[in-house]
Amino acid sequence: MKFMLLQNYGGVPEGVPPMSEWAPEEIEAHITFQKDLNAELRERGELVEAQALTAPALAKFVVSDGGAPVVTDGPFPESKELLAGYRMIDVESTERAIEIAARGSAAPGPGGLPIKQSIEVREVMGPIEH
Amino acid sequence: MGVGRAAETEDLLREAAPRALAAVVRRFGDFSDAEDAVQEAMIAASTQWSAQGTPENPVGWLIHVASRRMTDRIRSEAARRGREDLAGADPAEAEPSSDNDDTLALMFMCCHPALTPASAIALTLRAVAGLTTTEIGNAFLVPEATMAQRISRAKQSIKASPEPFGMPAEDERPERLRSVLRVIYLIFNEGYLTSSGPDLARAELSAEAIRLARIVRLALPENPEVAGLLALMLLTDSRRAARARPDGELIPLEEQDRALWDREEIDEGVALLADALGKGAVGEYQLQAAIAAEHATAARAGDTNWREILGLYGLLERMTGNPMVGLNRAIATAMADGPQAGLSLLEDLDGQLEDHHRLHATRAHLLEMSGDTDGAIAEYRTAASRTTSLPEQHYLTTQAARLNERRG
Repeated sequence: MKFMLLQNYGGVPEGVPPMSEWAPEEIEAHITFQKDLNAELRERGELVEAQALTAPALAKFVVSDGGAPVVTDGPFPESKELLAGYRMIDVESTERAIEIAARGSAAPGPGGLPIKQSIEVREVMGPIEH
Repeated sequence: MGVGRAAETEDLLREAAPRALAAVVRRFGDFSDAEDAVQEAMIAASTQWSAQGTPENPVGWLIHVASRRMTDRIRSEAARRGREDLAGADPAEAEPSSDNDDTLALMFMCCHPALTPASAIALTLRAVAGLTTTEIGNAFLVPEATMAQRISRAKQSIKASPEPFGMPAEDERPERLRSVLRVIYLIFNEGYLTSSGPDLARAELSAEAIRLARIVRLALPENPEVAGLLALMLLTDSRRAARARPDGELIPLEEQDRALWDREEIDEGVALLADALGKGAVGEYQLQAAIAAEHATAARAGDTNWREILGLYGLLERMTGNPMVGLNRAIATAMADGPQAGLSLLEDLDGQLEDHHRLHATRAHLLEMSGDTDGAIAEYRTAASRTTSLPEQHYLTTQAARLNERRG
């Protein structure tokens, strides 16, 4: 079963400051945690892909009726709703996907405490089952 | 011993293959079929040579076997169509011309003006460097099927172009050589700018780029820009072991452990550069190599000759008109004449670089040097929000955090 684990900029509780206001060693601990989690999932044969996306400042929205597209550049007032990054995993069960999402959600933040990032868990549609 | 011989065979094959391919393409015209035929010949060679020893003329052997496959293919095509007239190709006719010229012709073809840089890179790695489609796909984090399609479309574009294969006319060569050098440098940077973990496969791209530059240099030993590019890549690559922490986070030049720099690469780069500069036709790769050499030969960061580097960036900026060079000149100016002088140079670049993250990162650095902590934090944050590189984003965010903590 393949799942996308998605995280948005707004998925952290009120009061958690942006990363550039953390202590440098708190940032390092967070990044190390994410890398280690990816390495562990890769090691177990569960990681398909993990990517971080560029910041909302570089986002563009495109709409077209078939003619010249209408391109909207940032900054966006609702940038909290934008995707920050994702993991695609291939696991045996929904329970395992939730377990991995929970690990990601508890990534360390300021003071080394879990930031409680909200993770959106979405199963990827597959071929017809026989 | 068997293993040693197999490795030897592989090295030999990788050197011989592009020359054989060039000769077969020249003889039969069809790049795609010629490549398949040479691939088959290489597979035959890797088993036969390891077991029975290397032929006296490896390139000739490959050409002969590949040409026979081409002839067989043409015969069976003709038979299928009920004709027998065009199968008379004699494999012996496909002899290599001057070896190095053939390889160069192949590189010129792979960097054909009809191709986008991404396609030219893929094709060069496939046809000249001899990487498999899987390896190229891994290196660029693209599925194998996508990479195979990109390469196949590139071949079609070349086939459809008015001048499919062969040396470009004399007056076009300088421009085509510039494309070749640019493709090689792009391959190098692709490998150099990413580092550890899942990106390990990419690091090998730098080694491939250096190998390709050596091949071009064999064909054009007197060209100072070819030597300049090779020197630049060696001098840059010499810092590989020092430029990032084990977890992949970047370490800025002035904080790197210079004992980790590769002396052999530095020595070779410096010697190549001295020889190239002696020829008196200075180009952008030689200038960039000269700057890299200034850093490489400073025993400590504090010993860096910023005045010399400033002069070199000035020349480079005039030569290329590239505003990114202006950013580096601003840094060199700040190091030579103080941060305010550097900051006022940046003001001139504002209009040209708009919101580019490197403009913000440079300004942040110079503001920090000048003691403007608040301004530096704001610029580091803006730069972090605009970069497209994850290690760089981590670095910039951490710089902002470090100053923020110091401010208290």
